Amino acid sequence: MSSTKTSRIGEEIWKTRVDKVNAELVTLTYGTIVAQLCQDYDSNYQDVNKQLDKMGYNIGMRLIEEFLAKSGVGRCANFRETADMIAKVGFKIFLNVTPTVTNWTSDNTQFSLIFEDNPLADFVELPDDGRAQDELWFSNILCGVLRGSLEMVSY
Amino acid sequence: MSYYFTILSPTDTPLFNIAFGTSKGGGDGIARFRFPETAQYMNQFIIHSSLDILEEAQWTNGGMYLKHIDTYPPAAAYITAFLTPSGARFLLLHQPPHLPSSTSISSGLGSSSLLGTAGSTTRASSSSIAANPTSPQTEEAVRQFMNEVYESYVKTAMSPFYKQGMEIKSPVFRTRVTAAGKKWL
Repeated sequence: MSSTKTSRIGEEIWKTRVDKVNAELVTLTYGTIVAQLCQDYDSNYQDVNKQLDKMGYNIGMRLIEEFLAKSGVGRCANFRETADMIAKVGFKIFLNVTPTVTNWTSDNTQFSLIFEDNPLADFVELPDDGRAQDELWFSNILCGVLRGSLEMVSY
Repeated sequence: MSYYFTILSPTDTPLFNIAFGTSKGGGDGIARFRFPETAQYMNQFIIHSSLDILEEAQWTNGGMYLKHIDTYPPAAAYITAFLTPSGARFLLLHQPPHLPSSTSISSGLGSSSLLGTAGSTTRASSSSIAANPTSPQTEEAVRQFMNEVYESYVKTAMSPFYKQGMEIKSPVFRTRVTAAGKKWL
């Protein structure tokens, strides 16, 4: 499936089949969750990252079903197509952003998703305790979501 | 003109302080108050002493920007206030530059003549904002400044790691306030 066709699918579903919710509601709710986790784990950011990943994983396992039902796309032929599908359909319909797929390794098994704007992190300023900047992965829930959903479609 | 800006929480806890000078009319943006370096607490003292007047003034009109509310003539300090709906107070103290000749001050004239003197000295040519702290132009400039700071304040307060009533330590906020000061004052 060509790359432009993929982004067209994403656009189409975003416009017609997705219930929208106020962006600030999402941002503030997610921010509160992370801040609360930081407090609960006494600013042990490794544990917070782990918890966010776990939460994301549980979301991802269910969300993949929703994704497939809404998009109606079939199996991807190769990993590059999968990456495209994640960026241009997955993120588009659930967060209305399209990260850039880049940094492919030569054996086509690894890539990076670069977010130019991240709706989860609007207004956010990490606590300046000298550690959070390096240790806290604020949007780690997204990694968990990807892990969960891809695992369900046997990656 | 030198400025001292402070944000107070509804319970009178200072949340944020910054001192800066004018950038208009060739100003270098460095605060030069009339007190010696060791007595900078005078600014805080004067600004906090205007809180009583602020509490009276806040019911006089429905606006958030209260303009010039208080003057402290011995230091030629003018206080301008802005209220947020949640009860945080933004207070700006402005002090015109030191007058070169002291004759008119030592003769013990009121604040209005102080103003007049400030206007007629060498600084009068720089800009109306620097020369006259109660002129409509100054009030308009301060209003713009307050609105810009208010916008940044809202964004800072929306950060999930900021708790209501906590001191604002964000370097981003400080930069934004400095930028707003440079732009309008």
